[in-house]
Amino acid sequence: MLGPGVAWYLGIAAFLFGTGATGVLIRRNPLIVLLSLEIMLNGGNLALIAFARHAGNGAGQIFALAVMAVAASEVCVGLGLVVAIHRRRLTLDVDALSELRG
Amino acid sequence: MIVAASAGGVLVWIVWVAAGFACLASGLAVVSFSNPFYSALALIGNLGSLAVLYLLLSAEFVAAAQVLVYAGAVMVMFLFVIAYVGPRQETPWAGGPSWQTVGAILAAASIFVEIIVAIGLKAGGRLSHSEHVNAPFGTPGWIGRLFLTDHLLAFEITSIVLLIAAVGGVILGSHARRGGEEVTN
Repeated sequence: MLGPGVAWYLGIAAFLFGTGATGVLIRRNPLIVLLSLEIMLNGGNLALIAFARHAGNGAGQIFALAVMAVAASEVCVGLGLVVAIHRRRLTLDVDALSELRG
Repeated sequence: MIVAASAGGVLVWIVWVAAGFACLASGLAVVSFSNPFYSALALIGNLGSLAVLYLLLSAEFVAAAQVLVYAGAVMVMFLFVIAYVGPRQETPWAGGPSWQTVGAILAAASIFVEIIVAIGLKAGGRLSHSEHVNAPFGTPGWIGRLFLTDHLLAFEITSIVLLIAAVGGVILGSHARRGGEEVTN
């Protein structure tokens, strides 16, 4: 394997996961929370693909593609919720939306 | 031959450093921009540099799917919704760091350190030598054969998950329309 070893890729994956976790915890706009969730999922994907290359096995790449489909589903439902909240004239702030009553 | 191999290794290192730096910088930019529109644009850069890293790990099909599905479809949907809702400015860093911000950054940093320590302790020696892979590793034909033989159940369950998500999106949209009419009436 030319270039950096698998551990370097795992370091990038861990940093991406930490960055996304920070965004999920400190941001209040639900759109940016969704974007940070995408970063966390991509960190996991990078680790899966690095381990797939390390083991010479295809299961990690298959799992990464399944994670991609789950992320697309999550964005579909999450953006549907954001649009629904916006249409009910509620404020887009995850701290203000602390009750499940409409 | 050895000279050519070492030159190729240096080139891979250069591409890795550039893509990794772009990846980390755009990830931090997504979290720290106050305008969600700029955050979404930074996430497109993050996804593109991740696709370069996937190519370095000889995952060609996943890199292409990343660019098509994420940077193509998902981010267009994100940008459309941000334009529909309207860019609401948020200043997360105004007024000094709150206890919530400090706690969140500490928690994320401890997750990062924990992952690094776990990797170093449990797999440090074994990660240095990777398996040799042959040419069809990661190509679309190879992935397709795996999907339709060994991982057929995962493939079918993924399609059901996507179907349920599409139904959920439609239901959320139709309920929101009725609710909006009730609010205006």
